[in-house]
Amino acid sequence: MSTAHDTTTTAAAAPAPTTRTGKAADYLDQRTGIGGVVKEFARKVFPDHWSFMLGEMALYSFIALLISGVFLTMFFEPSMALTQFEGEYPATATGQTVSVAYASTLEMSFEVRGGLLMRQVHHWSALIFMASIVVHMMRVFFTGAFRKPRELNWLVGFTLLILGLAAGFSGYSLPDDVLSGNGLRITDGVVKSIPLIGSYMSYMIFGGEFPGEHIIPRLFTVHILLVPALIVALIALHLFLMVLHKHTQFPGGGRTDKNVVGYPALPVYVAKMTGNFFIVFGVLVLMGATMAINNVWNYGPYDPSPVSAGAQPDWYMLFLEGSLRLMPGQGTEWVIFGYTLPLNVLIPAVVVPGILFTFLIVYPFLEARVTGDKREHHVLDRPRNVPVRTALGVAFLSDFILLAAAGSNDLIATHFGMSINEITWVYRILFFLLPVAAFVVTKRLCLGLQRKDRELVLHGHESGRIVRYANGEYVEVHTPLDDQERWMRVNYDAPAPLEIEPKMDARGVKRKGYGADKRWQGLSRFFYEDRVEPVTPAQLAAAHSHGDHDALEAGGQQAAPAAVGSGSTTGTDSQEH
Amino acid sequence: MSDMNHTNDNSAEVTTPAGAGTDVVQSDKFTDPGVPAHRPRLTDVDPRSAKRNERIVTFLFALSCLGAIGTIVAYVAVPPEGSTGSVRLSTLLLGAGMAVSLLGIGIAGIHWAKALMVDTEMVQDRHPIRSSDEVRADAVRDLNEGLEDSGVVGRRGLLKGAALSALALFPLTIAVPLIGSVGGDWNISKFKHTIWKKGTRLALDPSGRPIKASDVNIGSAFHVVPETTEEFRQSHEWITEKSKAVVLMVRVRPEDLKSDQSPEGEQWSYDGIVAYSKICTHVGCPVALYEQQTHHLLCPCHQSTFDVADSAKVVFGPANRPLPQLPIAVDDEGYLVAQDDFAEPIGPSFWERLK
Repeated sequence: MSTAHDTTTTAAAAPAPTTRTGKAADYLDQRTGIGGVVKEFARKVFPDHWSFMLGEMALYSFIALLISGVFLTMFFEPSMALTQFEGEYPATATGQTVSVAYASTLEMSFEVRGGLLMRQVHHWSALIFMASIVVHMMRVFFTGAFRKPRELNWLVGFTLLILGLAAGFSGYSLPDDVLSGNGLRITDGVVKSIPLIGSYMSYMIFGGEFPGEHIIPRLFTVHILLVPALIVALIALHLFLMVLHKHTQFPGGGRTDKNVVGYPALPVYVAKMTGNFFIVFGVLVLMGATMAINNVWNYGPYDPSPVSAGAQPDWYMLFLEGSLRLMPGQGTEWVIFGYTLPLNVLIPAVVVPGILFTFLIVYPFLEARVTGDKREHHVLDRPRNVPVRTALGVAFLSDFILLAAAGSNDLIATHFGMSINEITWVYRILFFLLPVAAFVVTKRLCLGLQRKDRELVLHGHESGRIVRYANGEYVEVHTPLDDQERWMRVNYDAPAPLEIEPKMDARGVKRKGYGADKRWQGLSRFFYEDRVEPVTPAQLAAAHSHGDHDALEAGGQQAAPAAVGSGSTTGTDSQEH
Repeated sequence: MSDMNHTNDNSAEVTTPAGAGTDVVQSDKFTDPGVPAHRPRLTDVDPRSAKRNERIVTFLFALSCLGAIGTIVAYVAVPPEGSTGSVRLSTLLLGAGMAVSLLGIGIAGIHWAKALMVDTEMVQDRHPIRSSDEVRADAVRDLNEGLEDSGVVGRRGLLKGAALSALALFPLTIAVPLIGSVGGDWNISKFKHTIWKKGTRLALDPSGRPIKASDVNIGSAFHVVPETTEEFRQSHEWITEKSKAVVLMVRVRPEDLKSDQSPEGEQWSYDGIVAYSKICTHVGCPVALYEQQTHHLLCPCHQSTFDVADSAKVVFGPANRPLPQLPIAVDDEGYLVAQDDFAEPIGPSFWERLK
């Protein structure tokens, strides 16, 4: 009987499995059809680059957060009920009236074996989680990995960044200590500043007036259920899209938009990714074991009166803190028809992050529009080859870092014995100057590097070998680039600004939509006016034929539009309109 | 030359040596040299090296086992009871063992992959993400068939409207009760009042002891709360009320006191003693740092600075308004008391503040 069944369900030719693994696989495949999945993925190729590990680090620190977080929930009680602290350690807390949340935090630190370790691992993991998200995002931005078809996945990643901030913020406030309580109070102040609904939003968050007795249980639910569930769902979507699109690859020999070059999932990436997870988790545990973090018993339970000087939020909130610190107060609170509009809070806490986040959301679509680009991109850009994108990224980054430094201006003042007022004023001015300077310098650096690439392709590397000709002339011998290196330095696009149709149509009537086109063209010029075209084989041949150094400089000129680019792009770009 | 964007396309065919060289367009663009040749590693050519690296990987896994066992030993042998130091030691030992166990596996895995696993690059094709035209046409046909099969013949608009209305309204059944209760009593006018009343004694924070004017020396700063019962001070209401009622009181030489906020005909300070709300008018941190020489109050959160000798005006930083003053006087027994609640809402600004 049984053999008859086997032959009907499996392929007639396939013999029944005999090994234990074979039997198990057969059992599973008959019920799930997993064979197809294994065939699809086992030898799937992924490209290799160290920077592709950054997103993985975010994923693995999230797993570390889940593991250590489950441990913590077993001992933490999210209640604001007041209690006398019974524990003997820390001695300063004994007998104090504290919230149950605070008491359970101390108990899990001092009485649960490994409790303090897990608390510290959890906190460090949160910091590293956010850091790897940000660095991963920088990699994606600067290499242009957000381009078609990955714009939507960029938005998924952006949402994960925001959810990460929400997770960190809600978790940070749970121990109900003085430091996090004052953080909540600042949040309350920011929420209240929102026009029309601010006061009601404050009531909504706290279930009444600050601090009330609901906020810790509410944050707990947000922290352990709502936000992590969303993060898990979006990570799944993020990875699904990553597999669907197949990973991007860095430019190089044999790498095109139509293939993927790398190593197979089995065995290489199974080993590398598993190994990476354990290394990331291991380093986080090492940090938790050796570096104290958030010793809440040193701060004491929440009390609305005291506050500690030199207090900083976790690093990912520092830019908001710095933004609040830099905003001058004089004249920035407006009263309109008797209603108060505190711009001294709204601008730094709502508008400034709003600008940053809006930039991140719209950038992929903006760049595609000004490039007139509708192709799929799977080969990454070298950052130098897209000077304005790189410069914009560095400009935003420089202000982000400046604001984070401004969030520590009190520490800078006390550590270096400087006047806090002067530091603040310097930062206020730099907030406007630094991004502009960073933009200009970065753009020039990129163009310079591109010219260097041209020069290397045309002339080769300096060999250090000096040759004297019979006529007495000394010449340094240049080594021509090998095929791979030359390909890396010439294989890129240098798009020209958009060309638009003329203002008047054929019958001399003013064309509708001309104004909008004109504005897009202006933006496109901002992006692509200055560009360095890649060397063409003809130029290389020309350089070799006369072999004279000076004669070749023209080839390296910036934009070289007359010779190379301009006037040539009309056909491709105008189809946009 | 005329199609720069397209000929520069990375997706140009790479392995077509047949067309290369002869084609005129090809001179515009270098040809892709193809995937670089595989360079053998030491482990590929030297079996002894491969063997040695295999031993290293094995050793790392073994080390990981020892780390795991070490953690269990530390768990049993070094209990954290006794002192803060023993908690630290226990944390350190548990963590060190755990880290060795994790890092052992991690480094072994990576080393295995890098030194021993085949590192010849493979090439696979990508396919355009978009579905083919046939698939799209089929999808549109299926959707249309599905719509036709939905069975609605006439008055489609009415049914659609009713269905959408029902879907739009049903969330209200959850949202209304939730929003109704989530903000407590929604009485935001509480922002405008504190528990200070006429005659409430000023008391020390945290002890709750009332303060005599004679106890306040020139130059000293007091953290002040309203005097209440001990029972109230153990309740939640107290923490919420204290959040609004905390006051910072200082005494300056009467001749140094340039101004305070008392209106014409009233005296809100007492013999150089002035009391101001401790809650910053910026975003609500307690303004806790008092500098005796300059009479400046500094908020440690965002460095708003107020001059207590001059109506608590903003001297520096992001705050816009002075700290509201608590009008004080002295009662028959010499204790400092409030004349009234603050004349304006304390703390950060909000939309209805002046309404």
